[in-house]
Amino acid sequence: MVRDNMVRDDLRSRVKALLAATDPATTDRLDFLRARFDAGLAWANFPEGLGGLGLPRAFQPYVDQLLEAGGAPDNNPLRNGIGLGMAAPTILAFGTDQQKQRFLKPLWTGEEVWCQLFSEPGAGSDLAAVSTRAVRDGDSWVVNGQKVWTSAAHKARFAILLVRTDPNVSKHAGLSYFVCDMTDPGVDVRPLRQLTGEAEFNEVFLTDVRIPDSYRLGEEGQGWKVATATLMNERVAIGGAAAPREGGMIGVVARTWRDRPELRTAELHDRLMTLWVEAEVARLTGQRLRQKLALGQPGPEGSAMKLTFARLAQQLSGLEVELLGEDGLRYSDWTMVRPDIVEFTGRDAGYRYLRAKGNSIEGGTSEILRNIVAERVLGLPAEPRTDKDIAWKDLPK
Amino acid sequence: MTSESTNSDPDDLNLLYTDVEDSLRESIHDLLTARCTPERVVAAYDGDRDLQLGLWRSLSVDLGLAGLLVPEDRGGAGATAREAAVVLEELGRFVAPVPFFTSAVVATTALLQGDDDETLGQLAAGGCTAALVVPFSASATSFRPTVRADNGKLQGRVTSVVGALDADVLLVPVSTDAGVELHRVEASGTGVGVEPVVSLDMTRQLADIDFTGARSTQVTVAESGDAAVRDALELGAALLASEQLGVAQWCLDHTVSYLLDRKQFGRPVGGFQAIKHRLADLYVMVESAHAAARYAAATAADHDPDRRLAASVAQAYCSEVAVKAAEECVQLHGGIGMTWEHPAHLYLKRAKADQIAFGTAGAHRLRLGELVGLPVVPA
Repeated sequence: MVRDNMVRDDLRSRVKALLAATDPATTDRLDFLRARFDAGLAWANFPEGLGGLGLPRAFQPYVDQLLEAGGAPDNNPLRNGIGLGMAAPTILAFGTDQQKQRFLKPLWTGEEVWCQLFSEPGAGSDLAAVSTRAVRDGDSWVVNGQKVWTSAAHKARFAILLVRTDPNVSKHAGLSYFVCDMTDPGVDVRPLRQLTGEAEFNEVFLTDVRIPDSYRLGEEGQGWKVATATLMNERVAIGGAAAPREGGMIGVVARTWRDRPELRTAELHDRLMTLWVEAEVARLTGQRLRQKLALGQPGPEGSAMKLTFARLAQQLSGLEVELLGEDGLRYSDWTMVRPDIVEFTGRDAGYRYLRAKGNSIEGGTSEILRNIVAERVLGLPAEPRTDKDIAWKDLPK
Repeated sequence: MTSESTNSDPDDLNLLYTDVEDSLRESIHDLLTARCTPERVVAAYDGDRDLQLGLWRSLSVDLGLAGLLVPEDRGGAGATAREAAVVLEELGRFVAPVPFFTSAVVATTALLQGDDDETLGQLAAGGCTAALVVPFSASATSFRPTVRADNGKLQGRVTSVVGALDADVLLVPVSTDAGVELHRVEASGTGVGVEPVVSLDMTRQLADIDFTGARSTQVTVAESGDAAVRDALELGAALLASEQLGVAQWCLDHTVSYLLDRKQFGRPVGGFQAIKHRLADLYVMVESAHAAARYAAATAADHDPDRRLAASVAQAYCSEVAVKAAEECVQLHGGIGMTWEHPAHLYLKRAKADQIAFGTAGAHRLRLGELVGLPVVPA
């Protein structure tokens, strides 16, 4: 605790120095963000020289508070969720020095938005089955294939990309991981309209896309290992944020209950309070998980949090449509748009209900997460595998 | 004892265990592993109460658990609800048939409001055992006394009281014109009839109690008697969640290990996906129950303003998780789970009885609605 206080004192003086040297009121937003990165105040847990100070992640909210209080702009993290939450930690863990220097700073400032080219029409839960091929051609690779469920692809400057570089070995062994320049002429991004009416995601067609070998993350054939690290970060991001009581979907439904007394019935009340209790317990469970992580007792428990989050979002949004009665029959707008930022608790009840269906599919389906919990937490036997020791090219497709 | 606290942010409360709590757990666990075996516990259903007395003496006197919640200057250990919760987790894990909850938590909490330090000291030292005379289904919001004082002598009947069969001293909420008083009565005195009841959970057997002119001493006056009873029921609800957690954790642990071992169709049954998914769901629930129970204990220990809400959240959640875990335990054990020989039924009966104790989940949800401004119908 004494050490914590010393770190906080140090952070306070660093923030003060930054604000003194670069007054946010008179500095261009991007210039300020770059200066903040150079001062090591972007992400506390990153190393010095790469926007951080090598501190535990838990100190970052403190820095953010100090800077916000000082009138500093933030990097609009919601606009680059994939970049900050998934690409950056992967680049940090597997990138070369050159790659870290090139990519991390503009990623953090938001100048360069990132997307993720992982899922394919034939590789969803079975992600290691990706069939997008990369063939070596001198110092670069030529990529052909199709990716899907890519959010922000139409705004992205770069992507993290999982491809097959060797079809003659087993499916996990033949993968490699690259950074893909989304401005390459062979990249074709098409909106993928979903059941809400809008297109939050894209399909991405890759035709003879050239990627320099210097854009490879990790060794050739080590793509699965790198991708697994990325996905772990995704689940930490989804299940891990601290929330106030009645934050998220429960808050939206509770507000409707308070605002519309004429809709209340005893039966709906018991269902509402059942979910209120579960939402509060989920919040406390997240708090407890963060306390465990702070003590260095990490594990696959993030998967458990995500299971709960998805179920509650679906049940709560479903309850709200029902609670609204006649108004629940109406929908705000089916117009096809490409939203800039997606908020699960945004728009109207019908939208929330439909969008929440994705919560148990994206970032690991609830069924796959239950397998993970059962196998890695409870130690139950793994699913029988018929595809492990066969060359990818010989697998039934 | 801490007074109504103020400065602590409930978000900073430790939901894990301290080193002291871990070592407390270890000592109880070792004792119960040696002494409180399922074969001995199940004997309670056939009327054998031998285990109770010896085990309680070891826990209350040798380990000093009886005085956990009593401040040091009143003869106790001066611990808090956090440590008591850890004790209850372990007792739940063994469905231990001892009156820790009824005497050292509920009755003791009621007595702390009064000035009968002699009884309190005896309780703390394990020299006597007490029970609060309320139905086990009573809750802090709904309880009304059914006993009256007539010329200084008690008259009335209270049904389904827990802990009374183990108690030397009965603490009786008495309804008077001025309010609720708390009275102390010798359990073996004249005018007190303690009738054992065949109970769903014989590891915490009920009794119906008739007061027919029993002599009593007033422990708290009418102004504070109501608060004493309510405090006791409130803390009881908060900490019962930890017992329910212990029950649920045992059920999960033992079901997982059984299903790793048990083979059908040439495979461990725990390898079938339909089973794995049920166990994963159960794991998520038990982990969540951990958070709810620890938060209830931590807020109670700190006298945090959030403690009532936390108690209702914990009861509404953990009581259902314990039942679910015990039901899954029976089902996933298959035939053996239905037998008298296998201990699963001990946990099922405890969990089901606990579900009704100190307010059902539904009653706590109703109260929460009031506490958080989500009332059932327009005012």
